[in-house]
Amino acid sequence: MNSVDTYVARIEETCGEEKDFIVLFKYDKKDEAITKILKKSKKEKSISTIIYELTYNSISFRLYATGKAIFRNLKNKDELQKVLAALLT
Amino acid sequence: MFNPYKVREDFPILRRKINNYPLIYFDNAATSQKPKQVIDIIKNFYETHNANVHRAVHTLSQEASELYEQAHEEVADFIHAKGMEEIIFVRGTTEAINLVAYAWGLRNLKKSDEVIATLMEHHSNIVPWEILSKMSGFKISYAKVKDDGTLDYEKFENLISKKTKIVCVSHVSNFSGVINDVGKVAKIAHEYGALTVVDGAQSVPHMPIDVKDLDVDFLAFSGHKMLGPTGIGVLYGKGEILEEMEPFQGGGEMIREVAYNNKEGHCVIKWNDLPWKFEAGTPNICDGIGLMEAVKYLEKLGMENVQAHEGMLTKYAMQKLLECKNVEIYGPKDVSVKCGIIPFNVESLSSHDVALFLDNYGIMIRSGFHCTQPLHETFKLKSSARASFYIYNTLEEIDRFIEVLKEIEQA
Repeated sequence: MNSVDTYVARIEETCGEEKDFIVLFKYDKKDEAITKILKKSKKEKSISTIIYELTYNSISFRLYATGKAIFRNLKNKDELQKVLAALLT
Repeated sequence: MFNPYKVREDFPILRRKINNYPLIYFDNAATSQKPKQVIDIIKNFYETHNANVHRAVHTLSQEASELYEQAHEEVADFIHAKGMEEIIFVRGTTEAINLVAYAWGLRNLKKSDEVIATLMEHHSNIVPWEILSKMSGFKISYAKVKDDGTLDYEKFENLISKKTKIVCVSHVSNFSGVINDVGKVAKIAHEYGALTVVDGAQSVPHMPIDVKDLDVDFLAFSGHKMLGPTGIGVLYGKGEILEEMEPFQGGGEMIREVAYNNKEGHCVIKWNDLPWKFEAGTPNICDGIGLMEAVKYLEKLGMENVQAHEGMLTKYAMQKLLECKNVEIYGPKDVSVKCGIIPFNVESLSSHDVALFLDNYGIMIRSGFHCTQPLHETFKLKSSARASFYIYNTLEEIDRFIEVLKEIEQA
C-alpha cells in the first residue's frame, strides 16, 4: 500500500470550472497524516488551531484539524496524487 | 402545539456528537434525518411482512401488497391527488423527471417544439431535457431570475408561445429557497397548451401541497428529503395524462398480458393499470412503506405547523446573518417569499472552507454549487455555503451556528 492509500480515505472533486480537491484522511490515521504534512510544508497561518494555511513547493492548501484538506489550482487529480505522496511519505 | 424539542426525541441521530460537539444538522435541503417511526417500520417490514408484491396468493405477499398500495394512497392524500392511480413510486425526483422526459417527451416533442425551464432549476430538471433536445432537436429556453433571485414572470411570459410544449419549474429553489408561484406558471402554460413539470423536492417536505389547487400536470419529489428513506420518490401526474402515456420502462409488474402471437411471431402486450404501468419490475416495496410512515409523521405534526416553524427559524437566522459583517447572503432577504434555505458566503473564504470550519464544531452545512451551476453563474458565484432547516432544528442551534460563523469572521 502506498502512502496515499495508507492515509487517504477519499478525494472529493468539486464541480465547476475552478475545481477544488477535498482530501478526507482516514479517521484512525488523520493525526499521523496531519503531523507528517505539517512537518513537510511551510506554515503560512493558522486559525484557532483548526485551519492551517500551508504551502508545499509553491502549492498552497488548507489543512483542517478534523482530518480534511482543500487543494486548489491543481491541474488534475494526478498532480494531487503526486503532492499527497510527497507530503505523506 | 408544535414542539421541536419533543420532535427531536424521535430522531436518534440528533443525539450524536461530531468532534465532541452536539450535532447540528443544517443540510436538510440535501437530505433529512429519519425519525425512529420510519426506522422501526423498515425493520418491522423485513422482520414480519417481507415478500414480493402482487400476483402471489400467499399471506405474506398479500400483506406486503396491501402495505405498498396503502403507501400510494397515503401519499395521494398528502398532496391531495385524486387517488393512488396518480402516484408513481420512483427512486427520487431525478428519476421522476426522467420518466416524464422519456415517456412523454421522447414521444411527443418534435424539432419545431420548445421547452422552457427556469435558470433556478436543479440540474435534474435541466439535464434530462438537454439530453432529449440533442435527440429530438427541440429548443430549450431559460426563464431568467431577477437580482433578488425571484423568478422574472414577465420574462417567462415573453418566452412562452404556442410552440412551447413543456414548462419546467421548481416549486422552491434549492439554492435560495425562493417559492415560485407554480399555480400561476401552470395557468399561463395551459393557456398555450403546454404541460408543467414541477420539481417539488424542496416544497413537498416543507409546506401543505394541493395538486388540484395548483393544477400542475406533473410534480416530482423525493422521500429522503421528507423524513423517508433514500431510493424512494414520487411522480404525481394527472390521471388523464398518465393514462395516455406509454410506459417508461418495460418488464414485470407493468403489464397485464404478454401474449405470444404464433402466427406473427411476436408478443402482444397490454399495459397494467395506473400506477403500476409505470412501475416496472419489483418495486422498492420497503422504502415505499417507509415513505408512508414519514408522510404519516408529517401529517401528525401538521404541514401548516411545519411551515410556520421553519418560517420562524428562517426569519431568525436571516436577522442574525445580516448582523454578520463579512457574510453575504444571496436571494431575497424577505423571508415571506422563501422557505428555510439560506445561501451565503463569508468574505475571502471559499464555501468549502466555511463548511469545513463549521464541521469542526459539529455543524453540518452544504458547500458548492448544490446542483445549480447556471444560477450560481447568474449570481457570478464560484460556489456558496447553504444552511437549510427542518422540523427538528431550534433557535439555540442557530445561535450556535452564528457564534461559530462570527469566530470564522474574526479569524
